[in-house]
Amino acid sequence: MPSVLTVRKSNSRTLTLSLLSVLLIGLLLSSLVVGAVSIGLTDVLRVAGQKLGIVADTQDTTQIVLLSIRLPRLIFTVLIGAALGLSGAALQGLFRNPLVEPGIIGISSGAALGAIFVIMFVSSQFPELAERFQSWLLPLFAFFGGLAATYLTLQLSQAEGRTHITYLILAGVAVAALAGAAIGLAVFYADDNQLRAYTFWTLGDLSAATWDKVSILTPLVGLAIVGLLAVARPLNAIALGEAEAFHSGVAVERVKLTVVLLSALAVGVSVAFSGIIGFVGLVVPHIVRIAFTSDQRLVLPASALGGACLLLLADMLARTVVAPAELPIGVITATIGAPFFIYLLKSTQKRRLI
Amino acid sequence: MLRATDISRTIGQKTILNRCSLTITPGRFTAVVGANGAGKSTLLRIISGENQSDNGHIHLNGKPLEDFPNRELSQLRAVLPQQTTVNFPFTVEQVIEIGRYAHRTSDQENQQIINEVMQLTGLIPFQGRAYQTLSGGEQQRVQMARVIAQLWGGTYRGALSQPRYLLLDEPTSSLDLAQQQRLLGLAQDLCSRSFGLLAILHDLNLAVQYADDILFLKQGETVAYGAVEEDVTKEVIEETFSHPEQRLAVRLIRDQGQLIIVPQVSTRKSFITLNENRYESHS
Repeated sequence: MPSVLTVRKSNSRTLTLSLLSVLLIGLLLSSLVVGAVSIGLTDVLRVAGQKLGIVADTQDTTQIVLLSIRLPRLIFTVLIGAALGLSGAALQGLFRNPLVEPGIIGISSGAALGAIFVIMFVSSQFPELAERFQSWLLPLFAFFGGLAATYLTLQLSQAEGRTHITYLILAGVAVAALAGAAIGLAVFYADDNQLRAYTFWTLGDLSAATWDKVSILTPLVGLAIVGLLAVARPLNAIALGEAEAFHSGVAVERVKLTVVLLSALAVGVSVAFSGIIGFVGLVVPHIVRIAFTSDQRLVLPASALGGACLLLLADMLARTVVAPAELPIGVITATIGAPFFIYLLKSTQKRRLI
Repeated sequence: MLRATDISRTIGQKTILNRCSLTITPGRFTAVVGANGAGKSTLLRIISGENQSDNGHIHLNGKPLEDFPNRELSQLRAVLPQQTTVNFPFTVEQVIEIGRYAHRTSDQENQQIINEVMQLTGLIPFQGRAYQTLSGGEQQRVQMARVIAQLWGGTYRGALSQPRYLLLDEPTSSLDLAQQQRLLGLAQDLCSRSFGLLAILHDLNLAVQYADDILFLKQGETVAYGAVEEDVTKEVIEETFSHPEQRLAVRLIRDQGQLIIVPQVSTRKSFITLNENRYESHS
């Protein structure tokens, strides 16, 4: 009997993750064919054949659109979606609060501050430096901005070695407001081009994806994903409380540091490249918990897959709704996310979970 | 044995605990009683390794507590908190499974242990239920199952063969009469399985009913410590629970071998008088 139960449990986990993977592959394929230039699945297969050396290489427009525009954008979207979904799930678990998302604890605003610092200050003061290292400077500063803001929020919310949720939310608001003030000051001195660039950046933009950026994003987000997936079991114990987790044998402070650092890495870098994409990190873990289970061993990987799926879907909408123009991705995710967030608030009130 | 010697803790100028010693013996139930703020929870946190003592030392099965890695320590002692809220919809089994964190046992073995522990705690009817939908008493029973699962079996560096200890921090405060009896009965059952038990209890009658040894704490000082039959006296109880401005008087009744402690009515009267005086002086 017990062994049957166990097998059923781990099987259902594998089954859920497999189904999500199939959904992701389906969305990946449809993302390849949907867009301003009409491309069919046969074209996708043909280009794949050309690249694998099965069919003669022709270097046509279809191939260029697929390989230089859509494919890097696809990978970009998947990585950022996974980073947002997974960090959201891990942070909610760490803070034992279902309403936490990377934005609430300051990662996004800190990263935004770091990014605008590079866009405006470094670009105008050290043009050669900015020219040469643009693709590295931005994620670097965004990462440290996000990390600093999160660290500050965490420090402010701790007393007697414990993290207090009310302080956390308030500290997050304060840190975000501080970062917002600095950003406001930067915007005040910005010229029209910088202003436009910044405004679009805050709305989220996946269209700037290039292979260069993908090659930076992949190892960093990959590292964060691997590291965060490894703390699933301790996060389950932390759901009972930090003291309880300690008594169960969890190295609480190490888990805390891992989650905060890796979330700041994943979200900081994602935000730097794509701008602020809200609500993915909040909504996806909730959908996973409501649909399946709260066991972090499922919630974490499923939130990564689900985040990738949601962002792919949102990106397809962004590209097609007003084609050939594009809606900012942040508009789409917020349109889906905000009403869901409100629903969530009302239903948690009813269930008295906070 | 889990032996604490000369445990003290001072926060700022305030002495929370002063030179407190106690021994938890496998197979025995030790109760800690005292007024609010007497240092009971501090004592438990120090014995559990959560907080440090300013001086003195703690030995677990003959080895200093600080020499244990947290994971190894967690296989030998578990702590049941007063109440545990979970903000995410976990099932009963998921909560109990968390108790297995410190052990490197297979999923199959864990499931086996979860089933045994659910059997022991009478939780089989709750299999698959969401923790949040349970009543306070049922939730506490699930937490009890979790901490038992934490001490059940184990393979880490031969920890299995060593005596294990369960520390209960006011485990019955939110429970009704029947639930209190049921939980402490379970604790007593664990004693008969050679677990060492320590419980902070608010209810003196529960303490004398279940405990073998008892420690009376007052403002961080030990008033009395020893076997229940010898150390529970009228004088010790009155001393432990009296404040300078309010004396407590108790009556001890022995009924069919069971000791019953009854607080005297006169105390309540003097309390009311005190309040009335305060009220008059203000007006």
